[in-house]
Amino acid sequence: MTQHPPSLASPVAGPAPLLEVADLSVRIGGVPIIDKVSMTLREGEVVGLVGESGSGKSVSSLAIMRLLPKEAEITASRLRLLGEDLLQASERRYEQLRGSAIAMIFQEPMTALNPVLTVGEQIIETVIRHEGVGRRVARARAIDALGRVGIPAAAQRVDDYPHQMSGGMRQRAMIAVALACQPRVLIADEPTTALDVTIQAQILELLQDLQEEYRMGTVMITHDLGVVSSFADRVMIMYSGRVIEEAPAGAVFDAPRHPYTRGLLASIPSSEVDTDRLYAIPGTVPPAFDPPPGCRFEPRCAHAAAGCRLAQPALLACGPDHRAACLRLDEITPAGAP
Amino acid sequence: MQDPLPPLLRVQDLHKEFSSGGGWLGGAPRVVRAVDRVSFEVRAGETLGVVGESGCGKTTLGRMVLRLLEATSGKVEFDGTDLGGLDAARMRAMRRNMQIIFQDPFGALNPRMTVGELIVEPLVIHGVGTPASRQARLDELLGLVGLAPYHAARFAHEFSGGQRQRICIARALALNPRFIVCDEAASALDVSIQAQILNLLQDLKQSLGLTYLFISHDLGVIRHISDRVMVMYLGQVVEMGSKHQIFDAPSHPYTAALLRASPSRNRGKTRFAAIKGDLPSPANPPPGCRFHTRCPLAQPVCRTTPPPLMPVGASGQSAACHFPGSDRGPLDPGKTVGAMGG
Ligand SMILES: Nc1ncnc2c1ncn2[C@@H]1O[C@H](COP(=O)(O)OP(=O)(O)OP(=O)(O)O)[C@@H](O)[C@H]1O
Ligand SMILES: Nc1ncnc2c1ncn2[C@@H]1O[C@H](COP(=O)(O)OP(=O)(O)OP(=O)(O)O)[C@@H](O)[C@H]1O
Ligand code: SF4
Ligand code: SF4
Ligand SMILES: [Mg+2]
Ligand SMILES: [Mg+2]
Repeated sequence: MTQHPPSLASPVAGPAPLLEVADLSVRIGGVPIIDKVSMTLREGEVVGLVGESGSGKSVSSLAIMRLLPKEAEITASRLRLLGEDLLQASERRYEQLRGSAIAMIFQEPMTALNPVLTVGEQIIETVIRHEGVGRRVARARAIDALGRVGIPAAAQRVDDYPHQMSGGMRQRAMIAVALACQPRVLIADEPTTALDVTIQAQILELLQDLQEEYRMGTVMITHDLGVVSSFADRVMIMYSGRVIEEAPAGAVFDAPRHPYTRGLLASIPSSEVDTDRLYAIPGTVPPAFDPPPGCRFEPRCAHAAAGCRLAQPALLACGPDHRAACLRLDEITPAGAP
Repeated sequence: MQDPLPPLLRVQDLHKEFSSGGGWLGGAPRVVRAVDRVSFEVRAGETLGVVGESGCGKTTLGRMVLRLLEATSGKVEFDGTDLGGLDAARMRAMRRNMQIIFQDPFGALNPRMTVGELIVEPLVIHGVGTPASRQARLDELLGLVGLAPYHAARFAHEFSGGQRQRICIARALALNPRFIVCDEAASALDVSIQAQILNLLQDLKQSLGLTYLFISHDLGVIRHISDRVMVMYLGQVVEMGSKHQIFDAPSHPYTAALLRASPSRNRGKTRFAAIKGDLPSPANPPPGCRFHTRCPLAQPVCRTTPPPLMPVGASGQSAACHFPGSDRGPLDPGKTVGAMGG
């Protein structure tokens, strides 16, 4: 079958993780949106966060960034960035950290870039705010940053407004803004979903280069398993607000354990091999305000048994560095139905 | 196998120019050649996939084939009849055979009509059947697309994206068409729902003997659903062939580059290999071969002389390239450089 090189990053022991999240939960208007999400991110590591629309990927990352609307209730047993306890951090401290220690890029650059400021001005502002350098230095940094993300004639394009750039260029500009102060942690929320495959490949290539150069920890949020396979060291699969499986990327693709992960992999047509018929997971994702009891995948699961509606499955070890949240893991054979 | 059937659809030199801007304020209008002299055939029972980047002309082509958009020039023949020669009444009758399913299941459905009214509306418009026979047909159509009879009394906004697409499919099937243009029909849906819709479209093709022109930018979907594939770049066809020719032995450098750029879940952690350079503006395409600004194999002749679409080998594959490879292989664009052409 397919070969996945062993993960180079994620050493078992080593320096303290860049980001530690434990039992992160968010309720909005009393509705539980995400439930006990945990994640550890180390230097140079890329964690892929995968799930269908509404599974809670964006809410998880916005909660870490403290960018959710005020009515969101956020709880966690642990939230640390570079060893600092973010649960205790003031609003002001968060503002300092965002853009310098941790940064985020989004699917739609027009929502992240300010349309009335030139691209250069947005980088200059960030650099001055976080590093207290003068305008001249900051402008030189802006030109350098735009050059690094592959914008040609950066010394001229630095004075462009976002609307004067093509979609792919805007995406590059947003990456330049996010990375101007060399954050240690980058959260990329579907950074290429709206782009054509050729431009997507350019942006992913760029992110790979920057990732290698800066040794950031990166959380790559996507619903595209191809992107995750090519990019990530570890993968976390979310379903209905919960992480249902996590493992080194190779294991998720070669030996997925959770019925949802297995179904998802079997339902995506490949451009490399023939598929006669796709496996289609029946039904739809449950609404956040009305989740089924017990295992949230139970109404759609081919392996569901009576007990699955009673208890909420915990994320348990099922292989080296591999965890899944399914009550029937021992009974589901790797060769069986998804 | 028997002899191949005559083509159900034959498209010759189909061409569409849009002009924008200009006029009395701004000098000469800009002309976009959205579809530039495209020719192809689709046999009955076949699925022809159309793939290419945003703006390459896929939707424009699909709409012209159904005469929902008038071509600037060129010819569309359906089952031997030249659609360009039909008056409005006969075109309307012809349209019963030819339907389209769009990407956006929100925009396509009138929010004030029930699902039942929406599905039988084509029958009403074409004056087909009696109220009783339409009711029977409605029940049949709901069953075909996997909806329940009680869904007919609801409104479209009460349904999920996947269910709405089922409603659109039922509506498209109401008049028993033989040919359907699917324009990104599953692209807006989540992967688990996309698989349900793709399976449904395949089942319907089998059971009803349908023929599809299937438009998608998703290479995996195109490989899965198509018998033959047409690759477009800036309004032109750059390569055509069976799905195995296109995906396993692409001949045109653009096809090979597109496959290489597509992220794979079988290769493990790898470097992305992007096509260099931006997609040129369709209003101002490069001279000569339109791909020459991004092609790793471009030679001087490519900058001046447009390559015609020519057969590659003897097996029905064709490519528009001065240096077509016999097998470019999706992983290595420079692996083979074929004999000099042009
Ligand atoms: N501000 C908000 N108020 C109320 N509910 C919200 C809010 N933001 C998100 N939600 C809900 O939380 C759930 C998770 O949303 P989220 O945006 O995290 O999904 P996602 O996994 O990022 O999906 P997508 O792939 O579509 O981006 C959804 O049900 C969504 O409707
Ligand atoms: N009504 C119109 N007026 C002017 N230009 C148009 C019109 N419709 C399409 N175009 C232009 O024609 C070209 C082809 O557009 P078309 O929508 O057919 O592309 P497409 O391949 O379907 O793209 P996508 O994948 O984004 O749907 C584009 O440059 C587009 O801007
Ligand atoms: S716990 Fe039960 S319902 Fe849930 S995934 Fe496992 S087998 Fe399926
Ligand atoms: S004609 Fe020349 S530029 Fe165009 S695809 Fe072929 S080799 Fe490349
Ligand atoms: Mg999201
Ligand atoms: Mg289109």
